[in-house]
Amino acid sequence: MSSVLPVRARFYGCGLPYLDDLEPTGPLIVIEGSDCSGRSTQTQMLKESLEAAGHAVLEMGIRRSDLMAKAISAAKRGNLLGKTTLSLLYATDLADQLENRLVPAMQAGFVVLADRYIYTLMARDLARGADLKWLKRLFGIALEPDLIIFLDAEPEVLFHRTLAKYGELNYWESGMDLPMGSSMFESFLKYQASLRKHFHRLGDEYGFHMIDATPSPKKIHKQISAVVSGYLAELTQQSADR
Amino acid sequence: MALKKIRGLGLNKKYPGRLIVVEGCDGSGKSTQLHLLRVWLQSQGYPVVYTEWNSSAIVKQATRRAKRKELLTPTTFSLIHACDFADRYEKVILPPLHAGCIVLADRYVYTAYARDVARGCDLPWVRNTYRFAVKPTIAFYFHAPLEVSISRILFGRPSLKYYEAGMDTGLSLDPVESFKLFQGKIKEQYDSMARNEQFVVIDATRTIHETWEEVQKVVLEKLADYEPPSKQNLLSQGIVA
Repeated sequence: MSSVLPVRARFYGCGLPYLDDLEPTGPLIVIEGSDCSGRSTQTQMLKESLEAAGHAVLEMGIRRSDLMAKAISAAKRGNLLGKTTLSLLYATDLADQLENRLVPAMQAGFVVLADRYIYTLMARDLARGADLKWLKRLFGIALEPDLIIFLDAEPEVLFHRTLAKYGELNYWESGMDLPMGSSMFESFLKYQASLRKHFHRLGDEYGFHMIDATPSPKKIHKQISAVVSGYLAELTQQSADR
Repeated sequence: MALKKIRGLGLNKKYPGRLIVVEGCDGSGKSTQLHLLRVWLQSQGYPVVYTEWNSSAIVKQATRRAKRKELLTPTTFSLIHACDFADRYEKVILPPLHAGCIVLADRYVYTAYARDVARGCDLPWVRNTYRFAVKPTIAFYFHAPLEVSISRILFGRPSLKYYEAGMDTGLSLDPVESFKLFQGKIKEQYDSMARNEQFVVIDATRTIHETWEEVQKVVLEKLADYEPPSKQNLLSQGIVA
């Protein structure tokens, strides 16, 4: 299989207008899902299987930019953030990765795997009362992925997994900055339900591949692999036909 | 939904306070005038809150480091300044406006429109980013020919900083030349939005005192219907002395 795949260079909105000779060639694959949906495990498994098949893979995610990762962590520790500020901090983090990692890697023919992308940022902010139109235009700088895989789980499932994994509920994952209930437990369930509702709406609009997050990691990986390799095979076929 | 209301976008938002902002190229004298305005308003007993561009603690370190290492692209430059603005907006601009204070801002969203677009960002995109911000009561635009503002900045300045000179835009490899070209682009942006944004254009080539007299006149007119919040409330909040 050729490692350089022809992929449309499309932005959701205005893009990065000052980069006019942009011709990304590698595909962008996004894995989305709530905390404890098995998202990071699946990203790793997919990365390994893609590499085993001879694809160079670059990973990106949330709060992983050189520019903003530290600033966001520090700001969140204080819990003193306005919601618009928080939203823009994450947008800056994503933009930095977009320009300094995603675009160069795609141009070099890497497969870029995003462990969360703009949809997590949008869903979180929608759950906090943001305007959808504002968010869509803000993220008009983002490249449209080739595939978006969403790991779907009921809030109750996430609740049990969170306790099993961390032994406690996380402040932000429980929406405690809002908060949405009289206890952390109640707020967690309501907040996760609200996130899920927004994810489902975004999924309809942006065309998520919905995958049930409850089977074993191996079974989920098989499903994701089937979707991804099907897509990559199609691309290779298209480029051969041209 | 309650939250929707809180996060609603700012353009048509009503508030009992007054927001006065100054805009213009570096060296146009706007900060000097805002300082005089601040002192005068305080001397008149008004509750005044002052805020300036790029001064929030939240992204200070990240911005400083990124500027030193020249890590910023036009988009991240724009967004990191939007973070700074949003933090100040949510903490020191909007709450005092709701409390009925006079907020003075040294640079406001128009600085972002002008600079980010001069750097190559899409104007509708930049405007969207700042759509949460309320429209000011008065937006002064200190207008001076480029040669005047540039010579004010370059006079007695050993060197210009990388982003200040717009070196990232690749206009010129010479910092002074780059600064001149970049300021020219910014001025173009300001000039083109002056009418639609209803800027009060101030001729900034006159003496400081002459300019101040005009600024004061405009402010007095605009404050004619302003009612400061009851002094009792403010005393307990420590906003006025």
